[in-house]
Amino acid sequence: MKLIKRIIQGILAHLDMPLFLIVLALMAIGLLTVYSATASEGFWKLDRQLINMAASMAVMLLVARTPPQTLMRFAVPLYLLGVVLLLGVALFGIVVNGSRRWISLGFVRIQPSEIMKIAMPLMLAWYFHKHESMLRGKHYFIATLILLVPIAFILKQPDLGTSLLIGAAGFFVIFFAGLPWKVMFGLAAAFGAAMPFAWNMLHDYQRRRVLTLLDPTSDPLGAGYHIIQSTIAIGSGGSLGKGWLKGSQTHLEFIPEKHTDFIFAVFSEEWGLLGNGILLVLFTLLIGRGLMIAAAAPTMFSRLLAGALTLVFFIYAFVNMGMVSGILPVVGVPLPFISYGGTALLTLMLGVGILMSIHTHRMLVKK
Amino acid sequence: MSDFHHGEQDPDRFRNRILVSGGLVLLCFLLLFGRFFYLQVLQHEYYATRAESNRISLVPVMPNRGNIVDRNGQVLARNYSAFTLEITPSKTLGLEETIDSLDEIVDIQLKDRRRFKRLLEESKNFESIPIRTRLTDEEVARFAAHRYRFPGVEVKARLFRQYPENTLAAHAIGYISRINAKDKENIEAAGHEANYKGTEHIGKVGLEAHYEYELHGTAGYEQVEVDAGGRAVRVLSQTAPLPGNNLTLTLDAKLQKVAENAFGGRRGSLTAIDPSSGAVLALVSSPAFDPNLFVDGIRFDDWDELNNHPDKPLLNRAIYSTYPPGSTFKPLMALAALSTGKRTPGQAIADPGYFNFGNRRFMDDKVGGHGMVDMHKSIVVSCNTYYYVLANDMGIDNIARFMGELGLGRRTEIDIPGEATGILPSPEWKQKRFKKREQQKWYSGETISVGIGQGYNAYSTLQMAHALSNILNYGKVFRPHLVHSITNPTTGEVRMVESQPVRQVALKPEHVDVIKRGMAGVVLEGTGSRAFAGAPYTSGGKTGTAQVFSLKSGQKYVAGQLRERLRDHSWYVAFAPVDQPKIVVAVMVENGGFGAQSAAPIARQVFDYHLTGKLPGGPAPEVDAPEGSEAAELIEDSHEAD
Repeated sequence: MKLIKRIIQGILAHLDMPLFLIVLALMAIGLLTVYSATASEGFWKLDRQLINMAASMAVMLLVARTPPQTLMRFAVPLYLLGVVLLLGVALFGIVVNGSRRWISLGFVRIQPSEIMKIAMPLMLAWYFHKHESMLRGKHYFIATLILLVPIAFILKQPDLGTSLLIGAAGFFVIFFAGLPWKVMFGLAAAFGAAMPFAWNMLHDYQRRRVLTLLDPTSDPLGAGYHIIQSTIAIGSGGSLGKGWLKGSQTHLEFIPEKHTDFIFAVFSEEWGLLGNGILLVLFTLLIGRGLMIAAAAPTMFSRLLAGALTLVFFIYAFVNMGMVSGILPVVGVPLPFISYGGTALLTLMLGVGILMSIHTHRMLVKK
Repeated sequence: MSDFHHGEQDPDRFRNRILVSGGLVLLCFLLLFGRFFYLQVLQHEYYATRAESNRISLVPVMPNRGNIVDRNGQVLARNYSAFTLEITPSKTLGLEETIDSLDEIVDIQLKDRRRFKRLLEESKNFESIPIRTRLTDEEVARFAAHRYRFPGVEVKARLFRQYPENTLAAHAIGYISRINAKDKENIEAAGHEANYKGTEHIGKVGLEAHYEYELHGTAGYEQVEVDAGGRAVRVLSQTAPLPGNNLTLTLDAKLQKVAENAFGGRRGSLTAIDPSSGAVLALVSSPAFDPNLFVDGIRFDDWDELNNHPDKPLLNRAIYSTYPPGSTFKPLMALAALSTGKRTPGQAIADPGYFNFGNRRFMDDKVGGHGMVDMHKSIVVSCNTYYYVLANDMGIDNIARFMGELGLGRRTEIDIPGEATGILPSPEWKQKRFKKREQQKWYSGETISVGIGQGYNAYSTLQMAHALSNILNYGKVFRPHLVHSITNPTTGEVRMVESQPVRQVALKPEHVDVIKRGMAGVVLEGTGSRAFAGAPYTSGGKTGTAQVFSLKSGQKYVAGQLRERLRDHSWYVAFAPVDQPKIVVAVMVENGGFGAQSAAPIARQVFDYHLTGKLPGGPAPEVDAPEGSEAAELIEDSHEAD
C-alpha cells in the first residue's frame, strides 16, 4: 500500500497538471475524431491509437522524471546518431511512395528524421548552453550549420514537411538564444531578393510544382482535390457542426487521409466553428503553458529547449490547420495529439515530457 | 562582471522573445479563426450546397424501348433481358490479367476482346464496359462463385434489342447502336439530353431512327447517396421510368417475306403500297442484312463484310437507289397528255418505226413500226414513236410540271430517313445540276428521251409506287407511311398515323380509267401476260427496262453476251385488282434484263399472296418476255422500250 502510494507520489511529483490536463483533453478529442474517421473499418484503429497513447504517456512520465542535466547528456550522441542514420538512409534507405525516408536496422524499420525532431532542439540548446557566457556571431553561424546538415539530408529524401518542422525547431532555439533582429530581417530580405533568381533557374515542371503547392485549386483533380474537399467539409460544418459521426464528407469518403493529416476536416465538419474555437483555445493554453515553463526555466539549456519545443507544437498545429482549411500549402504534417499515428504522438509526448521535466526540476537546479 | 551582466540581461531578452512569440502565436490563431469564421459562417451556405451535391447523385433509370409489330401483331423488334459481364477498367488490378483470368471461368473469344477494346477506346475509364454479353445461367453461377477474385468486374442484367425475324424488313425497321458523338449533338440540338443521360443506344437507321423519340420512353431517376468513389450507398427516392411507345406498322410481315423471297437473292427493291391510304405493305431492299449484328456494337469483320460487299446489303434501295423508269414512265406520260389536253384517247398516229427530229432519228422497238397507234395501244405495245411525238408536242416544262405534281423528283416524306429525291429532268434542274454553261443548256432532243422514261429520269421504286397510287386515287395524294399507329403502353392510348390526303392533283376520272385500261391490257395481251397467265384476279401493269450502259451506234443489245452487271435493270409497276385497287407495287431488279423477265414474276407472287393468300413455291422465276417486245432496237446512242 505504501509502495503504491510512493509510486503515485513519485509520478505526481514530476507531472505538470495544467499541461497534463490540456494534453488529455486534446487526446480525448483525438480519440472521438479518429473513431468517427475510421468507424467504417471497425474499432481496430481506435484500439491501436489507445495503445499509442498509453505507450507515449508512459514515455512522457519517464522523461518527466529525468532531470534536464541527464537529458542534456543525450544531446550530442542523439544528434550524431540521427545524422549517421540520415546518411544511412541516403545510402541504403528504403523507398516508399517515391521518398527515401526509412532505414532497416534488421529487426525494425525506423524513420531517422523523426529522431531529429527532438535531437535537433536538444543539440542546439546544449550548444548554446555550453557557450552561454560568450556568445558571438560565430556561434550562431555554427548553430546554423548544425541545423542545416540534417535538413539537407531530409530535403533530399524528399520530405518537405519534416524538414520544415525540424528547421523551425532549430530556428526557434537560435531565435530564443538571441539571434539579433537585424540579422533575422537581413536574412529574410536576402532570401526575398534571391527568390526571383531562384525562380528563373527552375525548370517549367518545377515551377508548376511550386505553383500547385502554393495554390492547389489550380489542379482540382490532383493536388487540389484534397483541399477542395476538406474546405467543403469545414465550410459545410457551419457554426455548430453536423454532429459527431454525421459528417457526410467524412463518411462518404470525400476527405482523403481523413484519420491522419486531414483529421481536422473531420473534426471541423462534425463540430463546427464552436469545436474549432475550443480546439484553438486548447492549443493556445498548451502553448501558453509551454511558454510559461520556458520563461520560468532556470538554465539556458532548459529555457531554449522549452521555448523551442513549445513553438514546435504551435508550428505543427498552425501548419496543419492552415493547410486543411486552405490557407497554407499542403505539406505532410499531422495535427498534434489528434491525428492517428504512433510515431508522431511519441515524439510529441517526448516533448511534453521534457517540458514537464524542466518545470518540475527547476527548484532542484536552483538549490 | 560582464559575464554576470550578460547573465542578467539574457533572461530579460529571453522573456522578451517569449512574449513576442506568444503574440505571434495568438495572431496566427486569430488568423485561423478568421478563416474558420469565413468558411463556416460567411460561406456556410455555399459549402453546405457543395457537400450536398457531393453526396447526392441522380442516377437515370432506363426506360424500356418500345416494341415494333407488323399490322397483324407479329413482333419485329423487341427487348429481352440478359446478363452481361462488365468491367470497370479503373477498378481492376490489371485489365489484361483480369480478362485472361476471366477467360478461365467464362468463355471469352477473340471477337469479344476486340469489341471490348473498341468500346474501351470510345468510353471513359470509370464506365462499365461489357466484355461478354448473353451469359448463360451456368456462366453467371460460375462467375458468382469466383467473384471475389475480380474487383471491378460485375454481372449486370441489361435489356437488349432483338429483331426476332433477323433480316426481314431490315431496311425498313433499321437498328439501334451505341450513341456516338454525332448522335449526342443531335440529341442536344433536339433538347433531349436530360432524357438520354443513361441511354447507351439510339436508332441509327429506318423506323428505329425516325421514331427514336417515340420508342425511347422517358427516363426515370433514382436519387442516391454516393460516396467519393461514386458508389451508391443508398437510394433516397425514385421516379419510375415510362416505357417507350409501341409501333404498329402498316407493313405485312408475311407479305414482306413473300416479296423478299421472290427476289431469291437478286439485287433490287420493291415497294408495295395500299393506294387508298398510302400504307406501305412491303418495302424490300435486296439483299438485306441482320440488324441484330449492330445491337451490341458490330464486330469489325461483320462490318467489313457488309460494308464492302459488292451487292451493298446496307443500302436501302427501295428509298435511296434511283433508276431511269424506262417504259414504266409511259402510262404517266399518257395521263399527262390527257390532262394537259395534248391528246385525246382516240387520237392515233401512224408509226413508221422511227421519229425524225432535226438530223437525228429516234427508233421504235419494232422494225417497221406498229402501224396506227392510239393511246390504249401505245401503252399495251409500248410504242416508242407515240411517246417521242407526244413528248415533243408537250415540251419539257409541261412534262416536268405534271410529273412533279404526281410526286416524282421530290421526297415522298415516308417515315424513314435517307430518302433520295430522284431526278425529274427539266431545264431548271439542268441549270442547277451542272456548272459549265454548255452543259446547262437544255436540248429539245433530251425532251424526247425523257418521254420514254430514259435520259436523266431517275426514280426509286417508292416514288414510282407512290406516283401510281396517286393516279389510281384520282389525284388524292397520301403520304406513304410504314407506321399505322403508335400505342402508349402506360395509358393504352393509341395514336393513329395520319392517313388523310396531303394534297390533290387535278385528274379527271375518265382520264385515269384510260390509263388503267391500258395497263390492264399490258397484263392481258402485252408484256405482262406471261408472268400473269392464269391469275385469278385482274391487274394492270407496265414493264420497263433501264439501261445500265450505252451501246455504240449500230450495236445490237444481246443480253446473254453481256456481263451480268452490265445487263439492263428490270422494272415492273402494277396494281390489282383493276377495279378498286388494293395494292400497288413497283419492282426493280438490278441487271434483271427486261421488265417482263425478272420484275413482273416478283409482282405476281406478291399479288398472289396479298389477294388470294397463295404462298409461292420458291423465288420468282425468270420468264421469257413475250415475243415482239424484247427486241429492243437502238436509237442512236441508246436502246429503249419493251
